[in-house]
Amino acid sequence: MKISTVGRHFREGAKNIFRNGWMSFASASAISISLFILGVFLLLAVNVNHWTKEVENQVEINVYLEMTATPAQVSELQNEIGSIPEVSKVEFVSKDEGIDILREKLGAAGDSILEGFDGDGNPLPDAFNVQVTEPRQVSIAAEKIEALDQGQKEPRIWKVDYGKGTVESLFRVTKIVQNVGLILVIGLAFTAMFLISNTIKLTILARRREIGIMKLVGATNNFIRWPFFIEGAVLGIVGSLIPVIILLYGYWQLVDRSRLALGTLMIQMMPLSEIGPRIALLLLGIGFLIGVWGSTISVRKFLKV
Amino acid sequence: MIEMQDVWKTYPDGTSALRGLTVAIKRNEFVYIVGPSGAGKSTFMKLIYREERPTKGHLFVNGFNLEKLRQRKIPYLRRNIGVIFQDYRLLTKLSAAENVAFAMEVIEASKKNIKRRTHEVLEMVGLKERIDALPSQMSGGEQQRVAIARAIVNNPSVIIADEPTGNLDPETSWGIMRLLEDINFRGTTIVMATHNKEIVNTMRKRVIAMEKGLIIRDQLKGEYGYED
Repeated sequence: MKISTVGRHFREGAKNIFRNGWMSFASASAISISLFILGVFLLLAVNVNHWTKEVENQVEINVYLEMTATPAQVSELQNEIGSIPEVSKVEFVSKDEGIDILREKLGAAGDSILEGFDGDGNPLPDAFNVQVTEPRQVSIAAEKIEALDQGQKEPRIWKVDYGKGTVESLFRVTKIVQNVGLILVIGLAFTAMFLISNTIKLTILARRREIGIMKLVGATNNFIRWPFFIEGAVLGIVGSLIPVIILLYGYWQLVDRSRLALGTLMIQMMPLSEIGPRIALLLLGIGFLIGVWGSTISVRKFLKV
Repeated sequence: MIEMQDVWKTYPDGTSALRGLTVAIKRNEFVYIVGPSGAGKSTFMKLIYREERPTKGHLFVNGFNLEKLRQRKIPYLRRNIGVIFQDYRLLTKLSAAENVAFAMEVIEASKKNIKRRTHEVLEMVGLKERIDALPSQMSGGEQQRVAIARAIVNNPSVIIADEPTGNLDPETSWGIMRLLEDINFRGTTIVMATHNKEIVNTMRKRVIAMEKGLIIRDQLKGEYGYED
């Protein structure tokens, strides 16, 4: 293909968008609307995913020690727990620190309730605060910790607690939330593709005559295809640029305004800087592909003249 | 130039449009194809520029063997054939000059050549003043002239005209015929299907008469020969 022909295809592709103004508008709008809805759900899904991860990451194992455990046994146990593969971090919490944490949690009422429990009156055991690499392996890690004490003459561990039952149902819920989000996003992506391909088919149907005339004067299939290809790509990108701008701006505003409200719930939205570029690139990519794919597929039908 | 040997055409719905046609058209001939509606005239023309394929028989056009012509070679056959229709078939959103230039862009002619040649042919068909007009702003005769300009812009060796005067009044029709005669005089073969008795009888060219998919008469300096 000559360079001047390449230029011609780009010019023709661009001109065609304006020549077929209404149809171009319809195609770009279909892409915009579909990708906007898809984008909203994607943002929602990504954030829900983010929140569930955050909640899951708050899962930890408390290993309460026997009162009789000696400092040597304690440090030995700390090493043993630390060498379990699923464990990422072991932190020793002495009984004194334990009472402080408890007091803090109880707030103003704590002082009177916990009066007299300081020093030798402290009923709390020493403990390890254990974090795991993968939250879903918390029960496995807990079992392994319990197993460390088997065969020991003097038990060192009094109790291993990771919120058994509660944690499992939390995981069930987060898994459902993630799966539903995934299904919704996939479903929407297909709906969008269907909607867009239909619009483009209509556009091309209206130009069947035009393609027929091109073939009549001896245009090769590639010569006919290129301007449509470029037209589809431009419409796809323009169509996706609009929802990208709206979504990013809207998300930015939302993150800003919800910071306070969500902060009290101890959760945060994904920051725009992290999610923005990915969503923008993804939507632009989908728009481009849909535009190109739609026009190429539809032209092919009319080329066999 | 154009050679058919025992050519048959049966459409998928079972209609037999052509039933064993044998005919040869030489370079620089001017041939009228006449006959009642449904005689097979349009099918005959469509076979030449390969819009349809024969069901059976041998067919040669411009040195192309149309039995063996591959799909992707069809554009090259068509670049040597100019086609003109009753309904002009112009691109409605392009100006007269753009419609003509389009046929040259297809063969990747240079910009300079396209401009020069487009003006040349539009002047030849008498539309020098109308180069920027859109089809919707032109009369039927003017639109047909643009179609003729488009058909001849790449110097084809043959022009296929399917009822080119079918939608035009007698005076405009004669203008178109004088133009086609002029093009023929410059060396282009012309095959024209028509129902216009007056034109055929006045011009006295070769006449091929068809009926029910067969050639029933083929005479040089012929006449229309039947009543509609």
